[in-house]
Amino acid sequence: MKKHIVIIGNGIAGITAARHIRKLSDHSITVISSETRHFFSRTALMYIYMGHMKFEHTKPYEDWFWKKNKIDLVFDHVERIDTIEKKVSLKSGELMAYDDLIIATGSKSNTYDWPGKDLKGVQGLYSYPDLQNMEENTKNIRHAVVVGGGLIGIEVAEMLRSRDIGVTMLVREKEFWSNVLPEEEARMIGHHIRSHHIDLRLSTELKEIISNTEGHVKKVVTSSGDSIDCQFVALCVGVSPNIDWLTGSAIETNRGILVDQFLKTNIDHIFAIGDCVERKYELPGRKTIEQVWYTGRMMGEVVAQTICGNPMPYEPGPWFNSAKFFDIEYQTYGNVPNQTENNLNGFYWEHADGLKAVHVVWEKDSYRFVGINTFGIRMRHACFDAWLQSDKNIHYVMDHLAEANFDPEFFDRYEPEILESFYKTNSEMVPERRNA
Amino acid sequence: MFFQTCFAFLIPEILVRLNKPYFDFKNIWPLDYSFFFDSRINELLANGTLGLFMLGWGIALIILGVPVLVYFFGKRWYCSWVCGCGGLAETLGDPYRQLSNKSLKAWKIERWMIHSVLVFSVVMTAAVLYTYWTGASWFFFVDSYKLREVYGAWIGAGFAGVVGTGFYPVMGNRVWCRFGCPLAAYLGLIQRFKSRFRITTNGGQCISCGNCSTYCEMGIDVRWYAQRGQNIVRSSCVGCGICSSVCPRGVLNLEVKNEKGRLGKEELIGNTN
Repeated sequence: MKKHIVIIGNGIAGITAARHIRKLSDHSITVISSETRHFFSRTALMYIYMGHMKFEHTKPYEDWFWKKNKIDLVFDHVERIDTIEKKVSLKSGELMAYDDLIIATGSKSNTYDWPGKDLKGVQGLYSYPDLQNMEENTKNIRHAVVVGGGLIGIEVAEMLRSRDIGVTMLVREKEFWSNVLPEEEARMIGHHIRSHHIDLRLSTELKEIISNTEGHVKKVVTSSGDSIDCQFVALCVGVSPNIDWLTGSAIETNRGILVDQFLKTNIDHIFAIGDCVERKYELPGRKTIEQVWYTGRMMGEVVAQTICGNPMPYEPGPWFNSAKFFDIEYQTYGNVPNQTENNLNGFYWEHADGLKAVHVVWEKDSYRFVGINTFGIRMRHACFDAWLQSDKNIHYVMDHLAEANFDPEFFDRYEPEILESFYKTNSEMVPERRNA
Repeated sequence: MFFQTCFAFLIPEILVRLNKPYFDFKNIWPLDYSFFFDSRINELLANGTLGLFMLGWGIALIILGVPVLVYFFGKRWYCSWVCGCGGLAETLGDPYRQLSNKSLKAWKIERWMIHSVLVFSVVMTAAVLYTYWTGASWFFFVDSYKLREVYGAWIGAGFAGVVGTGFYPVMGNRVWCRFGCPLAAYLGLIQRFKSRFRITTNGGQCISCGNCSTYCEMGIDVRWYAQRGQNIVRSSCVGCGICSSVCPRGVLNLEVKNEKGRLGKEELIGNTN
């Protein structure tokens, strides 16, 4: 039977779902978004600002793609869902009926109750409109304050520095992104941030944003009482599921939209995927809300199967992620906790230039390999995925580390140096001594 | 730079000073479309052992050098490491690399056009050789002198020269290499079907940002492959490596490996089911 499937949100989750439903079926598909007419890569917003790309370049599919694949795009905003009549009402006044509904509305930037957070020149960065605002807000300015020490914060800092705008970063934690990164690498990234002429202030929070006579930001006051003159403030203190618009609906939410293993909400025929989702069930080593590109994509693949008559539980494999901190690429596979845990051992190697590092973690008793953080050295996802899924031990991983290297030809290789340092601090692991 | 300086300029000039034929040891037919012209062949034959060696060398490059080197290194051994047009494109043309058209339509035009030029150059050469052996200027129903004149003027001078460099600011720096060069077409056919070279994508790490596609001078929509976890095996790829360099997530890598599994499965690592 041919169904009408309505997808709210044209980000990576919603679009992946649409594409896979099209691959698997002849259902009619409508994707509604009020952000942009066509799917673009949110992760590339910074490159538009920095002049590396134009907006057009960030669209992964040419505009004819959607019509050819019979995926209807509607540029409108969903205001309400009628879960009984199975209709969504749009801002334009239209009522659209659905057989299955997929909610993929992503995240929104967090803002806390800081005095002055609504002043002109104060904003977050998540959406394309945010980027357009930032373009306007940062014209001819001298200094900016970035609040938050996470992935968006450092991106915004890099964007501003590319236009030679002075940047002060306020980070609540002891080190940059230290709620995720272990101290060693967090400190290395901190040095790197400072090497890009950013005034990085750790263990410092925003207290107040002060306006000039035109209602525009003039300066900020920090928790340590310092005041910093600035013409722009970026609030980059995380994101939360974009679900406020569901208030009052029958769809069950907590911090995000609650879903079961099949990504179904409490209401039949309504599914939710991507950043806006909170899993009702636990998965080992994973949080119940995961707001990254990859999980959105994977959920899109899975929900398409379920909707097309092949019910499939969402079972992501080992955790992985990546980012880039100015010049330092970061990849992670498995779990490297940010604090030492009793049952785990770790080994950290950092190159003398402070631009490359590797951190591996394994279980003390069983030697089972648990995870790796790698900086400035590219590693193969396929290797680590296989090793994590087959419970390889740390011996195996260190013996085969060179196989996992994914750096381009003619790049220097660091495995000998890493292994030498590893065996120096873990002498019982030297191959000849392992069985002794 | 090294190849251009030594092989295209220094060595030929020295040869001329020594009253030997002007010969660019690294230029290969059919890019060097006049290689089999009667005047060139006669000149080489008139120069004894050295001339014969040059003739043999040129032919060996065509039938052995190209396939073997492309098999082991990919087309880049010529287009990026040796070729003079390529060298100019990567230096003078570098600021224009993002201007190459990435649309599917452009790719279709590219395939028709470059292979047409290849066919044209082969037919033209065959006609010229026919004339050389038989002395008859009519090859089937065309005049081989007219044919080489047309090829020389429109392809050699017009396309490769005027469009090939003059259109850098319009169609990107590899416009000739992409749409016209018959040698690139020949190298590309081998790269596509019989080579160890490929661009590997790294599991599920692609974020579809588009830097790779934007900066590809050959107009390859690299992201199309990367975001579906597929290796990139394209005849046009000159292996410049920019996609790997600009990728912010370490997804792309130029690799030379066993041919088996080269095209790769379309696979994004992530879901276990």
